[in-house]
Amino acid sequence: MAKRSAPEVNAGSMADIAFLLLIFFLVTTTIEKDKGLLRSLPPIDDTEVEPPIIKQKNLFTVLINRNNQLLVEDEEMPLKDLRQAAIDFLDNGGGKNPAGQSCDYCKGKRLEDSSDHPDKAIISMKHDRETSYEQYMDVQNELVAAYNILREREASRLYKKYYPDADKVFTAMLEEKEKNQYSKDEKLNERISTVKALFPMKLSEAEPDKN
Amino acid sequence: MSKFRNKEKGEMPAISTASLPDIVFMLLFFFMVATVMRDSTLMIENSMPSADQVEKLKKDRTIFIYAGKPNDQYKQLGTEPRIQYNDAFINVEDVQSSIYQGIGEMNEDLQSKVVVGLKIDKNTNAGLVSDIKQELRKANALKVMYIANTKKEE
Repeated sequence: MAKRSAPEVNAGSMADIAFLLLIFFLVTTTIEKDKGLLRSLPPIDDTEVEPPIIKQKNLFTVLINRNNQLLVEDEEMPLKDLRQAAIDFLDNGGGKNPAGQSCDYCKGKRLEDSSDHPDKAIISMKHDRETSYEQYMDVQNELVAAYNILREREASRLYKKYYPDADKVFTAMLEEKEKNQYSKDEKLNERISTVKALFPMKLSEAEPDKN
Repeated sequence: MSKFRNKEKGEMPAISTASLPDIVFMLLFFFMVATVMRDSTLMIENSMPSADQVEKLKKDRTIFIYAGKPNDQYKQLGTEPRIQYNDAFINVEDVQSSIYQGIGEMNEDLQSKVVVGLKIDKNTNAGLVSDIKQELRKANALKVMYIANTKKEE
């Protein structure tokens, strides 16, 4: 008999290798989570109350036509300028809010022909039936971004001391609320609504014309 | 006599299988972590638009509505964008009843907090989206989430 037996392979370290791989995959895999823009629709209103008259200067109109072009305040505008235009409009603070206070936190130019107060400023958006959904989402995104930037600014002005390390204070606050969703923190909720009240999101969408 | 005697010749030693469970468990864990459960098979093209101001979605209180062009498998239905709920195409008029049905299947304490997740293909007309939104208003499901891919902020 000339056959030779092979030496036995030591399998003791196999478990270590397996765990190493397991940990590697655990760390590198991300579970896909859906994200998106959260918006509220207006309830259907059957009452025949005359809608309040809104001054033209408190209204920021955004129209999207069927070729995905933007008409902002009666002027054509590329998408990249929309965010800044919306911020300038919301932050203008040229007059007083319904309670008679002027906007002491606004940093805008206080123009006569732009919005009086963030409380009164309304962004109105209208699109054509043929507008592409992609363009519609881009516009929505820019307008929401304008509100978020302003809220971020106010949050860091008021509450930076509680979040000294946070780059974005408002985001940090919302994340903390998310983490503690089962133990309600009244103070945090109050702060979040304070910031939201400084720049209330008044983003209205008109129904597209039926043709 | 030597302590280290030569092994018997001619027999193959058995390969240790002691680590086999580890490997199997590793694979099991990997697939557990990496698998995304999808409850309805898509019958439409569905590539979402991108946005950078996104918020996370709470899955437990969400009803998904899909819309887009029928995909290759359902080409005979034409290229007009359609609405899909669960596993079937529905018409705009059926959105309302589908929402009621979806709300009925949900946990009772979440029913008042329902969010409708709109997964809409980016090449759809915004007109269809506004039709859906109109139906959602009729169904009094007023919180909507336009599902989008995350775009990095410049």
